[in-house]
Amino acid sequence: MKMMSGAAMVVEALKEVGVTHLFGYPGGAVLDIYDALHAQDDIKHVLVRHEQAAAHMADGYARATGKTGAVLVTSGPGATNTITGIATAFMDSIPMVILSGQVPSMHIGEDAFQECDMVGVSRPVVKHSFLVKKAEDIPMAIAKAFYIANSGRPGPVVVDLPKDIVNVQDSHPYVFPDDVTMRSYNPTLKGHNKQIKKAVASMLKAQRPVLYVGGGAIAAEAAPYVTQLAELLHAPVCSTLMGLGAFSSVHPQFVGMLGMHGTLEANKTMHNSDCIIALGSRFDDRVTNNVEKFCPHADIIHVDIDPASISKIVNAHIPVVGSVDKVVLQMLDLLADADFTNQKEKLADWWQQIEEWRGKKCLEFDQSTQVIKPQKVIQSLYEHTKGDAYVSSDVGQHQMFAALYYPFAKPRRWINSGGLGTMGFGLPAAMGVQFAHPDAVSVVVTGDGSIQMNIQELSTCMQYGLPIKIISLNNRALGMVRQWQDMNYKGRHSSSYMESMPDFVKLAEAYGHTGIKVDHLDNLDDAMARCFATPGLVFMDIMVDQNEHVYPMQIKYGAMDDMRLSKTERT
Amino acid sequence: MRRIISVLMENAPGALSRIVGVFSQRGFNVDSLCVAPTDDESLSRLTIITQGSDKVIEQMTKQVNKLIDVLKVAELTEGPHIERELMLIKVGTRTELSRAEVKRNVDIFRARILDVNANNYTIEITGTSDKLCAFEDVMSQCGDIIESARTGVCGLARGDKALRP
Repeated sequence: MKMMSGAAMVVEALKEVGVTHLFGYPGGAVLDIYDALHAQDDIKHVLVRHEQAAAHMADGYARATGKTGAVLVTSGPGATNTITGIATAFMDSIPMVILSGQVPSMHIGEDAFQECDMVGVSRPVVKHSFLVKKAEDIPMAIAKAFYIANSGRPGPVVVDLPKDIVNVQDSHPYVFPDDVTMRSYNPTLKGHNKQIKKAVASMLKAQRPVLYVGGGAIAAEAAPYVTQLAELLHAPVCSTLMGLGAFSSVHPQFVGMLGMHGTLEANKTMHNSDCIIALGSRFDDRVTNNVEKFCPHADIIHVDIDPASISKIVNAHIPVVGSVDKVVLQMLDLLADADFTNQKEKLADWWQQIEEWRGKKCLEFDQSTQVIKPQKVIQSLYEHTKGDAYVSSDVGQHQMFAALYYPFAKPRRWINSGGLGTMGFGLPAAMGVQFAHPDAVSVVVTGDGSIQMNIQELSTCMQYGLPIKIISLNNRALGMVRQWQDMNYKGRHSSSYMESMPDFVKLAEAYGHTGIKVDHLDNLDDAMARCFATPGLVFMDIMVDQNEHVYPMQIKYGAMDDMRLSKTERT
Repeated sequence: MRRIISVLMENAPGALSRIVGVFSQRGFNVDSLCVAPTDDESLSRLTIITQGSDKVIEQMTKQVNKLIDVLKVAELTEGPHIERELMLIKVGTRTELSRAEVKRNVDIFRARILDVNANNYTIEITGTSDKLCAFEDVMSQCGDIIESARTGVCGLARGDKALRP
């Protein structure tokens, strides 16, 4: 039996579960663990500049790979700083393990220096948490944490480690468990056969089916099966903000993102459908609009790994609990014998209708002006990256523009905080992506508001030589807030603009990077080319139209397809 | 509608706070909560009395079931079941008359006097919540209630049904 200190056990167990990168920040309570990290090369520790960013980096790493992101922070403020990052991962079901230092066991509850009840503080935003009481329990706690984080509906797990149990002077027997099964935790992966049969019958009967694909399809690596199912049924596919890329956005059957800022055709298709096949999506309020008026003609098949998501908001006629990949495969098995020779004819009217909605070209924007339109910037980004970049986004107008104007052909390419809507997520997430895929193009689409919420990480980028391309849509305002103020508050821009914007080019240069300012439409293309030709990190500060709004946009209290199409047009 | 939710969970530190957390953060209502280890000491059984529509109760049981420490959740009020609650109540008995009246009602309700003092009796009573409330009413009529404590309801399904791991 191997004997080692608690600190060495932490490192050993992390290796055992396959951690390659640990995003963190040292401090008193975790100095022993940092000492153990110093003695090895298998796990790369990434020193961040703020613990919130550590959580977002681990999150970006997890979203881009499907692997569990790992974070190490000290007790008290180190731990509490990760909370926003943990909540972000929780809302989007991202696998992550957060190791937090804690004051020595005998001082817990004494309001010791840098003490905070991390298990308590994080409880509402974690899938599970552990307060480890004995060094011998460390391997089991870490093994279980990683198992829980990345099985069933994924999510963040906190492991709180009091300083006395990781003391480097002590020695304890190290046993890594062979088996972490728990009698109280058995996620259902395969769908119930009877439910699958019902679902398949409903799909085959449907005259106006639609697939409504969400982040669960990405988490389950179900993209190829979803595509097969869609093609077999010849059904239109729409995607949630979280599901983009699970079904190729350049596929002819793709009708776009749905919901608040979805395309007209996606929302119309949903509203008029007679059979909605929801795959790993959760009928979020940013999708449904008024639930009372939600898709009145549809039979709803809801596939989700989390039983609590089913019939939470919208009643499912055919609930199927299971992971999207397994369930869709079961469906495909059943459909293998079905006769699809007349499927295209059967859906001809449906597609004709959809083409009519598509014909409205809801994503067209004014190209007659010399002002740089944010949509134009995203289109240019798409061209210069050949649609193959990992695009991380912050939160606001730029996020919606990126989601709508950068079609994602593959899963795990679109990295954004969909559920919690965390400004400051983009840059650290793109860094996590770059660590996971060092040779890939990792882009951040951000705005002048969001980027300043974690701008200190430009320093981390310099330390690790991360060649991230930052596309900042600078409208000198908090665009989405301003848009709502324009629409709902008669244009009273209360605290939505900033009168003291920094010079972002100089700022980027101060951190040792390249900054490019673009303030003429004519220079956009060249500047974008320069951005991707320049080695290292480039900060593109692009002056875009301050008065642009994101359209289409659902009208509050309306049905899914009640939308504003521009400042003056409505459906 | 009044519901009884029964939860079988790991007898582990923090498990109870997670369950209470689900109720508080999602705005579910808790009327009473009763928890203790079971015959198998590694497990705890918790009984919650709550109110809510079918939809709310469905969400509640699903959300509780989702917790990693929870093994089983059942709504007892869905079928035939037995429920009991225990109350300790201290009643002022300063006069001969009130002492007699309290004693008489203790017998009628099949309660038990556990402690006798110059000025008060402490009584134990077990039964459904309704019975306990009725007894409380009667006691307030025949003497002054000094204090009382109730355990909250615990219950089991009738027949062969059982919550086992």
